[in-house]
Amino acid sequence: MNRIIKFIVLDILKNKIVLIYTLVLAILSWSVFSLEDNSTKGLLTLLNVILLTVPLVAIIFSTIYIYNSAEFIELLLSQPIKRSKIWWSLFLGLSISLLLSFFIGTGIPLLFYAPTDIGLMMLVVGFFINAVFVAIAFLSSISTRDKAKGIGFSIMLWLFFALLFDGLVLFLLFQLADYPIEKMMVGITAFNPIDLSRILILLHLDVSAMMGYTGAIFKDFFGTSVGIVVAFSILFLWIIIPFWISLQKFKKKDL
Amino acid sequence: MIEISNLSKSFGKLKVLNSVNLSCKQGECIALIGPNGCGKTTLIKSVLGMVIPSEGHIKFKDAFISKDFEYRKHIGYMPQIGRYPDNMTIGQIIEMIIEIRKPDQELDEDLLHQFKLKELFNKRMRTLSGGTTQKVSATIAFLFNPDVLILDEPTAGLDPLSSEILKEKIIEEKKKGKLILITSHLLSELDDLITQIIFMQDGSVHFHKTIEDLKSSTGEEKISKAIASILKQQIQ
Repeated sequence: MNRIIKFIVLDILKNKIVLIYTLVLAILSWSVFSLEDNSTKGLLTLLNVILLTVPLVAIIFSTIYIYNSAEFIELLLSQPIKRSKIWWSLFLGLSISLLLSFFIGTGIPLLFYAPTDIGLMMLVVGFFINAVFVAIAFLSSISTRDKAKGIGFSIMLWLFFALLFDGLVLFLLFQLADYPIEKMMVGITAFNPIDLSRILILLHLDVSAMMGYTGAIFKDFFGTSVGIVVAFSILFLWIIIPFWISLQKFKKKDL
Repeated sequence: MIEISNLSKSFGKLKVLNSVNLSCKQGECIALIGPNGCGKTTLIKSVLGMVIPSEGHIKFKDAFISKDFEYRKHIGYMPQIGRYPDNMTIGQIIEMIIEIRKPDQELDEDLLHQFKLKELFNKRMRTLSGGTTQKVSATIAFLFNPDVLILDEPTAGLDPLSSEILKEKIIEEKKKGKLILITSHLLSELDDLITQIIFMQDGSVHFHKTIEDLKSSTGEEKISKAIASILKQQIQ
């Protein structure tokens, strides 16, 4: 591990917000599992918690952290360090430390109560979602110099992916109810990493039987191993593309 | 050592540098002067790769710097306003930079001792006064024994005693044959330091002369007066 990453990880792990975040995740996870009598119900509850809080914390914390690191970046830039290395280190440092707190908070109870395929899958999905929203935070904070604008932009993006997107999809479904759009819906989920993760997990729980015809189409696709590979590849693209764009912008940035 | 050719830079519509051509060689001690906002700091930051020029090239030791970063090993940079992570201590900052750079030669801790920074090692950067921050910047710039020193307003904000220490240090380094670039508004301070003057105005180099040239052509003994007389001639 390079020295800059080590330094950033240590700096973030000392941060009180991250400690509280880990603690809240731990309390939520342990209580969810000990309240429900079967672990599937617990997983379902936890899934919704994860898909709401993890992206929010990942995107807001990362955005603020990047803005606050402006001095640090400037200091490193006058040293013999490659620009892309600075940006990569920042990304990896943020991702690693947030993943670590997610693992301590949610991963341990998850592996303890639901050491099944689905529990493991949820952990991996959680990791991916974390990294996706850190990457999106990089994109929104490099897009503007103004801290307030950047944070606002991040909140809007989170709102869009966590809430608005579903509303739009529902609207579309009702408007086009007469047409056979079920297959198209599979494609549309690729545009929202949160939805993609949710469907991926839901279809591997028994509740998918309740989701009607669209659910059956989804099951046909995401239920297969090819579908899982495709879904994770799309999640991976959601990490790579925003980060890559931000990296190109950072290479040309004047400081 | 540093060759700048046709360098231009615009921030949006504002043209900050307008095809600047300069050449600086080893052993020179150059003062970069000019009115506020004439592009001095932008020029320096371009050399450091912190600002990406719109046009033109910079060569450092006969190699283009645009894709390189290793060359910064040979530059010690002291910024005009040093900005450091707020919640790090002086000690942590210096240790971190040493750790990142892994210097292969001995560190030059002269300024560290002379500014008595070791006693302040546990102080956080946000609690420091402007002058102390400048001392940290100066210490870092000189720490790795670089071949080139770029000092942006080095003595601004320093008390007379410290600025004397810094000046002594600059003279000492100059004797070792290093290239030193200083920007300053205090012309009287530069008198016993520099060998050349670059005067910038509105983003372009107005003149680049040696001190002897300047003094003989104007017949003045002091740099400040020589510059003033050149500027007066311009107006007439």
